[in-house]
Amino acid sequence: MTARALINVPAKARRGEIIEIKTLIAHPMETGFRVGLNGALIPRDIITTFRCTYNGEEIFRAEFSPAIAANPFLTFFTVATATGTIAFQWEGDDGFSAAESAPITVE
Amino acid sequence: MTDDRAKDRATRRDFLANTARLAGGIALASVVATQTSRATPATMAAAIKKVVGEAPLRKGKVAIDVPPLVENGNTVPLTVSVDSPMTAANHVKAIHVFNEKNPQPNVIGVHFGPRAGKAAFSTRIKLADSQKIIAVAQLSDGSFWSDEADVIVTIAACVEDLQ
Repeated sequence: MTARALINVPAKARRGEIIEIKTLIAHPMETGFRVGLNGALIPRDIITTFRCTYNGEEIFRAEFSPAIAANPFLTFFTVATATGTIAFQWEGDDGFSAAESAPITVE
Repeated sequence: MTDDRAKDRATRRDFLANTARLAGGIALASVVATQTSRATPATMAAAIKKVVGEAPLRKGKVAIDVPPLVENGNTVPLTVSVDSPMTAANHVKAIHVFNEKNPQPNVIGVHFGPRAGKAAFSTRIKLADSQKIIAVAQLSDGSFWSDEADVIVTIAACVEDLQ
């Protein structure tokens, strides 16, 4: 299953600068507490973990619960250390998995 | 003859009363059945204890930024930041957010390293009711700091079923 993800990473940064990273991914984040048309509970379907790596090193990780709104949006910060790629990975229920990456030039 | 009629009326009255009682009972039962269990301040305290353990939880350093009154509980913007230099020796390891009245007490847990530069994150959360939110930060020296915020929600998340 693929999902549309939007990420916002500055293309260029000065060395040592603190940069803001914004991510948004299309996902219903079904809580598992709602009742459907047939009166039965709709099974839980959420993203459980998000991980961000910078040149292979983990810089940020988040564990989601059903209390995260649909289409999870997340912003966080990191220090621009070297030119390379920032990779993002989402994993969730029912084997959900999505990945994105963005290049960054540090001068 | 009049006796019979009186008896008939009585049974009809009984029947109506019984029907009403039965209908009320069914309605009540269905209301009870559709109401899901909720986190309580006690379960929230238990969830916090799971993270903090026996260490003391102090107030301060952490700042929750959430609107005091929200119209739609389905998407509530939330920002949590911690006052920290974020160096290898002194940084924030994790921030956990808890709530009182959603079905589950946990909201989000995020993990940082010294490379984060700034111990802050923003996201959007669901709130099932007007309630208190608590953020707990774990520092690299093993201490725990917290902040709390009250939010009034006019349209709650999770209550609207697909009917």
